[in-house]
Amino acid sequence: MKSNKKTAIIISIAMIAAAIGYLIFGNFGKNLVYFFTPSEVSAFTQDRYGKKVRVAGLVVKQSLKVDPQTKNINFELTDGAAVIPVSFTGVPPDLFKEGQGAVVEGYWEADRRLHSEMIMAKHSEDYMPPDMKKEGKTLPKKDFFKTLKMD
Amino acid sequence: MIASIFIAKLRKYQNGFALLSLLFLSAGLYTGLVVSPPDYYQGEVVRIMYIHVPFAEAAMAAYTVLFAGSLWYLWKREPVIDNMCHAAAGIGILFTSVALITGSIWAKPTWNTWWTWDPRLVSFAILLLILIGYLMLRSFLDDPEKEARYSAVLVIIGFVDLPIVHFSVEWWRTLHQPLSISTRGVSIASSMLYPLSFMSIGLYLLLAYLIMVRTQMLYLEHLLEAKQGRLLSEVHSS
Repeated sequence: MKSNKKTAIIISIAMIAAAIGYLIFGNFGKNLVYFFTPSEVSAFTQDRYGKKVRVAGLVVKQSLKVDPQTKNINFELTDGAAVIPVSFTGVPPDLFKEGQGAVVEGYWEADRRLHSEMIMAKHSEDYMPPDMKKEGKTLPKKDFFKTLKMD
Repeated sequence: MIASIFIAKLRKYQNGFALLSLLFLSAGLYTGLVVSPPDYYQGEVVRIMYIHVPFAEAAMAAYTVLFAGSLWYLWKREPVIDNMCHAAAGIGILFTSVALITGSIWAKPTWNTWWTWDPRLVSFAILLLILIGYLMLRSFLDDPEKEARYSAVLVIIGFVDLPIVHFSVEWWRTLHQPLSISTRGVSIASSMLYPLSFMSIGLYLLLAYLIMVRTQMLYLEHLLEAKQGRLLSEVHSS
């Protein structure tokens, strides 16, 4: 009984130490990358082809096209510097629109397109009623492209 | 004796906190869910924000109370302060869980996923793990003094997670949106900001009330245990 308790204490301390260690020394430091930017992806060399990547960017206006036969959705993603083409199969989220942020998971292939089956909508930190938006009012917020380039 | 004064103060002010909290929360819920407009981009889903954000803020406030209380305990070694820490941790788990669950419910229609391994989400989930670890550690230790001391040290180490949670959206690439209230200014329209503020104030007050009540419960429990122990030893010795 006594040694059981000791093991339990050791296990719980080890768990907490692992959690805190992960915070400080693990993936959580400077090299933490939740997504790549279109600039980084377009600089990928051959050895990255076929690997799964997560890319965030702005959906380029007038780039969104639905293939009438395959129902594939094609669009372009930009970070203001580079533009990459994306082919998507599936149902995109409601908030996925041209001129809005999106995080796209997919495979970067030899045809230098991102082939994706998963899109997440990335929205900005401003909240306002529709008529305020119609009047063209803006609230202070971070430049979208800047939110992509943080490390 | 400081403990009895502390407990008397809690008892004196707790109902005031409860009443004010009720007032702010009902005003917040009414204005947030009925009066305030939908968002230009998210639509009606934005109303989840009025629950999610204040719970997340209050969860972090609970950890701040726990942190301050742990420092206080290590300084004064007063058991009633440890009771307050113990109380704050349990309620912190509740608030952290509500923030995670409502965030997930909000994320599905807006982001298109329930969960993603984004720095804000991961660091906040670690907050929950630290709190659960804290209660586990407490339950494994028999000696009340050791229990209080070890767990206080854990809280102080774990405090590093709090600024990480807050600034994760500014420091790293995330799916979660950046801070809406920062040095850049306030990026929430006033028609949405005031229900959010009502809810935040209401939940801070509720947090304080719950910690006050729970601290008294834990204090009485410990008194009772001590008394039981004394009685048992008297019976055995006689």
